[in-house]
Order: sequence, then structure tokens, then C-alpha cells
Amino acid sequence: MPSLGADMDAGTLVEWLKHPGDPVARGDIIAVVETQKGAIEVEVFDQGTVAKLLVEEGATVPVGTPLAVINGGEVASEAPAAPTPAVTQAEPRPPRAAPAAVSVRSAGLRASPAARRLASERNVDLAGLIGSGPGGAIVRADVERTADLVPEAEIASPPEDKARLEMRQAIAASMARSKREIPHYYVSTTIDLTPVETWLAQANADRPPTTRLLVSAPLLKAVAIALRRFPEFNGSYLDGAVRPSDRIHCGMAIALRRGGLVAPAVHDTDKCPVDDLMVALLDLVKRARGGGLRSSELSDPTITVTSLGERGVDALFGVIYPPQVAIIGFGTPRVGPWVVDGQITARTLVTASLSADHRVSDGHRGSLFLAEIDRLLQEPEML
Amino acid sequence: MTTESLKTTVLTELGNIAPELDGEVVDPDADLREEFDIDSMDFLNFVIALHKRLDVDIPESDYAKLNSINAVVTYLEAAAAG
Repeated sequence: MPSLGADMDAGTLVEWLKHPGDPVARGDIIAVVETQKGAIEVEVFDQGTVAKLLVEEGATVPVGTPLAVINGGEVASEAPAAPTPAVTQAEPRPPRAAPAAVSVRSAGLRASPAARRLASERNVDLAGLIGSGPGGAIVRADVERTADLVPEAEIASPPEDKARLEMRQAIAASMARSKREIPHYYVSTTIDLTPVETWLAQANADRPPTTRLLVSAPLLKAVAIALRRFPEFNGSYLDGAVRPSDRIHCGMAIALRRGGLVAPAVHDTDKCPVDDLMVALLDLVKRARGGGLRSSELSDPTITVTSLGERGVDALFGVIYPPQVAIIGFGTPRVGPWVVDGQITARTLVTASLSADHRVSDGHRGSLFLAEIDRLLQEPEML
Repeated sequence: MTTESLKTTVLTELGNIAPELDGEVVDPDADLREEFDIDSMDFLNFVIALHKRLDVDIPESDYAKLNSINAVVTYLEAAAAG
């Protein structure tokens, strides 16, 4: 069971997509796992043939539990695990059963009409009560006393609200941990975004909607390229040690409708042409909102980029997502006064911020990193 | 396409972007982006969907005109006629 987030302890195996005897290659999706981040597709790292499935569909197991045995390049010789029925979606947990409805016995049981009515309403079995009325008859007060002790049926929250709540809890846990453990420092700068805007408008004028670019593509690319010269912002800090990454996988923060946030990675962001990056972003957003993110997309980001988009305010200072060591925030682009060639003029501006782990880097390098992003955005056609 | 069926198409595509609003009554003159909490990526997906369904290419320079459901319908009618 892979760890798909800083605070994931366990996951539920929802569906096996490969079975004993199936060949698998690196990157193939082998199973769907349900986590606090939603349903995630688990990828295989080895090449070979599935020999045995070790966990049944529907089982919840701790992170690190082996899920399957894969024989490298050989046909399995062990008896395969008994096939389990395939499920297409995570089943919502069934609501706790309501107390069995009971019928009110009439003959032979002395109870007042008021008591009977109340017992029927509250699903209380009169036969189990000791009456305090005349001759041991059950009166309303007896039913009331008992009814208070009967646990109410749990209202099953719709599966979707439950999923949202779990995601909220996962975010809360990792953000609280981040602020507890990571000493953040912050630097920010205002960037003239006019060259990017002009370049985008020209590029998009000739393109059908399906291939048009959004500003997030060049912004992400600029961050990725800048990271090549500032490796101390790319990687993780785990068990007291810095672990820089030799590859750059920028996580893009994606807001989910009705609350929730995921930041899946675009692998090798710095090597991806801007057009392909745009396609990747559209695809990531679709899968983040609709389901189908892959385990490597959640476990591999080496930095996160978050942005307020078009309807926000000037600046955003992100919280580092552990075990990463930095997060870049972009505010909402705005038109504002700027000095160009000694004259004040109106330009499109955006405030970029860096929140970084002070155990790993310092403000001087942080500001140079932001300045490099700024420089790259002044020549968008080179991205 | 009639105005009514255009409106239905527009509402359907908006519903695809904001599924939680399915079945809710929405104000056809309210600002789209505010009302549906749509960001630029959602809006692009909306434009792509309209392009696919109605074969209407909406250039970026016209995005500002699409600021309410009624405005979108009016724009699409004019595009179909022109």
C-alpha cells in the first residue's frame, strides 16, 4: 500500500485491475485504492507477471503492506488467489442499522394509550419495560425514560460529504504538521506579466479552443526551469536530512469544487514543452475533480505551485506541503502602475511569493530564485 | 437551433462544470463566473464544450461578452446567424 501523502496511514483496496497471470510493465495501473484524497490509481514499478494478490477487494490495510507478488518475467507457479468480484466504484460505507422496528403488543400488556403511541413513535419495545403505573401498567413516563436511552439511528451522511470531510481532515493534518515542523520564511516580488499576456493573446488568437493556453502553463514552466539553478528548493526534507531531487516534478494546487485541495505532479515539468504542459494541466484538473489521479502524481511532487487564479486578491503565501521544502504562490494578475524607461505606465502585474523551509535554504537564495522566475517570464517565447 | 434549446445546451454544459448546481434554479442574468464560481480553466472547458457541440469558435477576445447565461445564448445566436 503506497504512501500517497504525508499523513496517510492506511488505504482501502477497492478494485484489482490486474489478476494472477497478467503481465505487467512499469507504470501500468494495477489497482484502485481509496484514500482520504479520493480514489487513486496505483501504478506498478516492476516488470513481470502477477503471481498472487495478497489483499482482498474491500480490505483496508496500513501503508507499507505488500499488496501483490510479481514474478519478474516468469509465469506464476503459485496457485493464484481466489478471484474476487470486481467492483466499479468505492462502495459507500453502509449506515449503522437502525434499531429494529418493533410492534407494540396489545393483548396481555397493560399500557396507557399515550405510552403505546410514544413507544410506537420511538421504536421502543413495551414488553421490555417495567411499568410504574397502577398495577404495573406502563405509562408514558416509562416510555420516555427508556426512549432517552435508545441510541438514535445514525443518519448516513451521503458518501460524497463523507469523502469531502475526510479530505478536509487529511488537509488539516498535513497543514498542521507543516506549520508545527517546518520553519517557514517568506519572500515575494511583483512581476510584470505583460510580456506573457501579450505572447498568450497572440498564440491563442490562431488556435481553436482545444489548444489554447492559460497563464498557468508558462508560470509553471518558469518555476520548473528556475529550479534547475536553485536545487535547494526542489526535493524533500525527511528524517532530519535534506533529500534534493535530480528530477523536477511541480505539483499544481487544484481546488476541488465544494472544498478540498490536491496538488498532483506534472512529471519532469522542466522538460515539458508549454503546449504539452497545458494538455497535462487540463488532464490533471479533470482527473483531480472527477477521479482517476495516479499514485505517482500524489507521491512525487518536488515542489508545489499554487495560484489564486482570476478571481482572487493580490498575493498568496502558501503553506509548504510536507515533506517538500518550498511552495510558490501566485496572486491574481491585476493592471497596475509600473515604471518602464523612467515613465509610469499601466502594466499587467502579478505578485509571486516563495514560502520555504529555513532548515534547508535562506532568504538570500530564496529571493534570487524568485528573481530568476521573474527573468524567465520576461521572455515567454523562450520557455 | 431555437433559443430554448440553446439555453438548454448552455445550462447542460455549465452543469458539467459545476455538477453541484444540477437542478438548482439559477439567475440567467447573474455574472456567470461569480454565480458558478468558475475559474479560467473551467471557462476554457466550457468554451471547448460549446465549440464541440455547436461548432462555434469563440475567440478569446470575445470571452468578456459571455458574462451571463443570457449573454452566452445571445452571443451563440448571433454567431449561428452570422
